[in-house]
Amino acid sequence: MDIWSTLSDTFLDWESMKAVLPEMLKVGLVNTLILAAASVVLGTLLGMVVAVLALSSKRWLRWPAKIYTDIFRGLPAILTILLIGQGLSPITRHWWGPNPYPLGILALSLIAAAYIGEIFRSGIQSVEKGQLEAARALGFSYTSGMRLVVIPQGVRRVLPALVNQFIALVKESSLVYFLGLLASQRELFRIGQDAAATNGNLSPLLLAGIFYLVITVPLTHFVNHFDKRLREGRPVELEDVELKELAHANR
Amino acid sequence: MRTVEAASLEVSGVELAFGSNKVLRGVDLVVPAGQTACVIGPSGSGKSTLLRAINRLLEPDAGDVKLGGESVLRGDADVLRRRIGMVFQHFNLFPHKSVLDNITLPLRKIKKLDAEAAQAAARAQLDLVGLAHKAGARPGNLSGGQQQRVAIARALAMEPEVMLFDEATSALDPELVKGVLSLMADLAEAGMTMVVVTHEMGFAREVADQVAFMDHGVVVESGVPEQIFDSADSPRLRQFLSQVL
Repeated sequence: MDIWSTLSDTFLDWESMKAVLPEMLKVGLVNTLILAAASVVLGTLLGMVVAVLALSSKRWLRWPAKIYTDIFRGLPAILTILLIGQGLSPITRHWWGPNPYPLGILALSLIAAAYIGEIFRSGIQSVEKGQLEAARALGFSYTSGMRLVVIPQGVRRVLPALVNQFIALVKESSLVYFLGLLASQRELFRIGQDAAATNGNLSPLLLAGIFYLVITVPLTHFVNHFDKRLREGRPVELEDVELKELAHANR
Repeated sequence: MRTVEAASLEVSGVELAFGSNKVLRGVDLVVPAGQTACVIGPSGSGKSTLLRAINRLLEPDAGDVKLGGESVLRGDADVLRRRIGMVFQHFNLFPHKSVLDNITLPLRKIKKLDAEAAQAAARAQLDLVGLAHKAGARPGNLSGGQQQRVAIARALAMEPEVMLFDEATSALDPELVKGVLSLMADLAEAGMTMVVVTHEMGFAREVADQVAFMDHGVVVESGVPEQIFDSADSPRLRQFLSQVL
């Protein structure tokens, strides 16, 4: 048997790729981008709240943030998505019917917020203590000093780690497939998966993979470029090393 | 230029502890309006903590701080700090903002000036410290001496009644110290009330109206510079001076 023709039958069946391409573009790509973008926005907002709570001097604010982070970082994403997506569906179906999208986005956002909260926290903590002290000496309240002086610097330092998290979200959005989607709600993976089952080869999944790469690879390069600029723009500080390790550990 | 009068400062019996570590054990210091007090002493003697107790970055456990004759310990600490400028050893400029924005930020957000008025005030202040041409630069692109002058300008723009200097030249390369010290001397000359924690004994001798020697959380001895430097009473001060002079 010719290995090459076997492999090319499996992965490079142009006809089945061509057949699924329009749906991949119009439905799959759009839905993946919607899922990823919505959970990026929600996850970032919630992550900032988690970070600020985790940095509080008050224990009763710090603890909930800690527990939250432990839980959502410690569970497999697929388990969280199923528990929330299926578990809450009987309640939420009164509001928006059996649509799994809102709960899928919620689950992805809750998971993302745990990671993003840690990224923000480490970034904010890496800002020299003197910055808040100087702000307070000028007459800023703790809240204003954090908001205007400390947090903007902290966020800037962790942008690379943050973009890595966004990349992870693009990929994890495929897990929403386990909640059962209507034809019009299918994202890249599900469309590839369905077409692969119909055609009896994996070419549509390979096409889906290419679409993911089209989204994630430019983001990766953006991070590298940004990272390089950060490093060449100013001396590497200890915090930067820690942050990179953190970004790495998140993968 | 100045519209706010310098105020007198009176520190009496101030105590402050970090946990069980008593850093200030009853500090007394009186600085009449428009005068300059230099605080000298070995590291760990509580000098920097004293400055932070004055503007309540650290809350005193006991004693009183009076600004213009009124106690400042009961009011809102944020409001108090608007009346007291502070300059730090490591400048603590905001690195993500331009030199000009470092000065306009508190003017706009705290003094509630509109953008135009804040910029005008900031540029005037930068001009006074000789750095008008650096308005658009980032702090990171300035020398240490220039950064410290911007930090002084930022504090002065808020029109404080008292200025606190926490080892303002200790982090500077030797050749940059002079410019900052002469700016501080000008400020003292112009009638600002100043408390200057410093290791620059030459500055203390030349500029201070009063020198206070701190050790182990108390002012051991204070007086005019001649008395402190030339005829010190306490053995501890004489020992300290023999090490630094």
